[in-house]
Amino acid sequence: MRYVKLFITNAAVALLGLLVVAPLLWMVAAAFMPRGTAQTYPPPLWPAEPTLDNFRELFSRLHLGRYLFNSLAISLSITGFGLLLNAMAGYAFAKLRFTGREQVFRTLLAALVMPLQVGMLPLFLMLKQLGLINTYWAVIIPSMATIYGIFMVRQYALAIPDSLLDAARLDGASEWRLFFTIVLPLLRPVLATLGIFTFLSAWNDFMWPLIVLTGSENYTLPVALAILSTEHVQDAELMMAGSLITILPVLGLFILLQRQLIGGIMVGGVKG
Amino acid sequence: MTTIAQSSSTSGAVTPNQPSSVHTRRYEGPPSGWWFAGPAVAIIAVFFLAPIAASILLSLTDFDIYALADWRNLRFVGLQNYIQLLHSERFWIALHNTLYFVAIGGPLSVAASLGAALLLESKLTRLKVVWRTVFFAPVVTTLVAVAIVWRYLYHTKYGLFNLALTKLGFEPIDWLGDPHWAMPAVIFLAVWKNFGYNMIIFMAGLQSIPSELYEAAEVDGAGPARRFWHVTLPMLGPTFLFVGVTTIIGFFQLFAEPYVMTQGGPGESTYSLVMLMYEQGFRWWRLGFASAVAMTIFTLTLAATLMQVWLQRRAGA
Repeated sequence: MRYVKLFITNAAVALLGLLVVAPLLWMVAAAFMPRGTAQTYPPPLWPAEPTLDNFRELFSRLHLGRYLFNSLAISLSITGFGLLLNAMAGYAFAKLRFTGREQVFRTLLAALVMPLQVGMLPLFLMLKQLGLINTYWAVIIPSMATIYGIFMVRQYALAIPDSLLDAARLDGASEWRLFFTIVLPLLRPVLATLGIFTFLSAWNDFMWPLIVLTGSENYTLPVALAILSTEHVQDAELMMAGSLITILPVLGLFILLQRQLIGGIMVGGVKG
Repeated sequence: MTTIAQSSSTSGAVTPNQPSSVHTRRYEGPPSGWWFAGPAVAIIAVFFLAPIAASILLSLTDFDIYALADWRNLRFVGLQNYIQLLHSERFWIALHNTLYFVAIGGPLSVAASLGAALLLESKLTRLKVVWRTVFFAPVVTTLVAVAIVWRYLYHTKYGLFNLALTKLGFEPIDWLGDPHWAMPAVIFLAVWKNFGYNMIIFMAGLQSIPSELYEAAEVDGAGPARRFWHVTLPMLGPTFLFVGVTTIIGFFQLFAEPYVMTQGGPGESTYSLVMLMYEQGFRWWRLGFASAVAMTIFTLTLAATLMQVWLQRRAGA
């Protein structure tokens, strides 16, 4: 009886796992199929004659390298700025005293549930006035600090002992030195989690880059892919190669750093 | 969200603002923590909070392509955009589709998350870490890219879904071409893409249930089903609230899936509120009217969140 249960449970998990990876596996397989062979009957599950032609065409004729560069530049900038600004603010809300601290923090928490789309139209007009539409900055600036990021760092920074900070202050360290030499190293675990989160959401973002990056020379990978897919509906193999290139960096990052990411969600979801 | 508010207030109580040791009493604190909090707070205030407030004002104007060229063409029109919205057939279609997506997709996604979490937390399951990675993988993937993949998987003739259906002896389905099946197709993709995230949160919730509760229930003769209903579900209450609220907020923002897979079709059957806002605002430059749509999305999200909190309170009382 125990073995029957054991078998059923594990078979269920394996079946579910297969259903979950099947779309991704097919994407990988189709990306290496020669043009026009994925959409034949019966649909092939594996490339009979694997080829790199799809990737060659993406990078030569369809400028995917350019979009890859845009995506990397934008996502890395957002991650860099985001880590610095959210770390500074999260530390301040946890450990420094300043006028209006509690009120501001409560306002931020209340705004946590606001959907991003609500402010998109005025934000577009604002960035247009600043002359930033169709520049990287239009995507980077609004994402440089997030309420969630500040909150994550604050929760972690609360555990830093005040005595440690005060001892450094008595030794004559300036507040900035204190932050960069003592606080930042202590925050490393939460910054690792926040960094992955920030990079993933910047890389995967679609709607806002679609709105503000109006010229094709500035498209990020998801925007370019969505537009290419309307022009190349018949080219399944080409589109699967493009999807694979878009997904590969984030999937790779996840597999390398999954402990930080999943651990971060577990803590964030339960403790708040 | 209440879990967040609670934990922040309790942690505030644990670490009082006053310096703790005698030595530090002389220390007056840094000139101002605003040097540290300022940049991030300013970015959020200017590029996130102010636009939301401005959205309310914008929805009361006739901001259109002429105002975009010259701000002097801007006029205050009161609630006219909202009245026009109520008379627009597309709005009701988009509202209906979005509510369909939220009301079916949301619970389905939460149920899948809970099911997967229970499977992974079962004592019988082997290779847990591997499966956890596999189930979570879709969450980190790029929505646009997987929507394109799924568009081909849904192909009537060459798609793997219909291959599986016909192998199992069912009739093939015209997933993205039949107005009745297009929204379910979008929902399946959304569930596949999202369930891993809430699964992790449910796993954390399950791990925090004390095992004595299960042992006590077993001593009282409760079978697996009754232990689930009377121990697991009630103990997961706060987790359900968190998962429910975040899922609803996320599902109301339906945009990329139909944009890539169906362009809102067939016959507007997957046309969503965010698509309406995008099209009116950024394709036809009717920013005043589109802001009224944005405010509708905001109000709906808020209402759904409050309802969720209220239901949870009532169930808890």
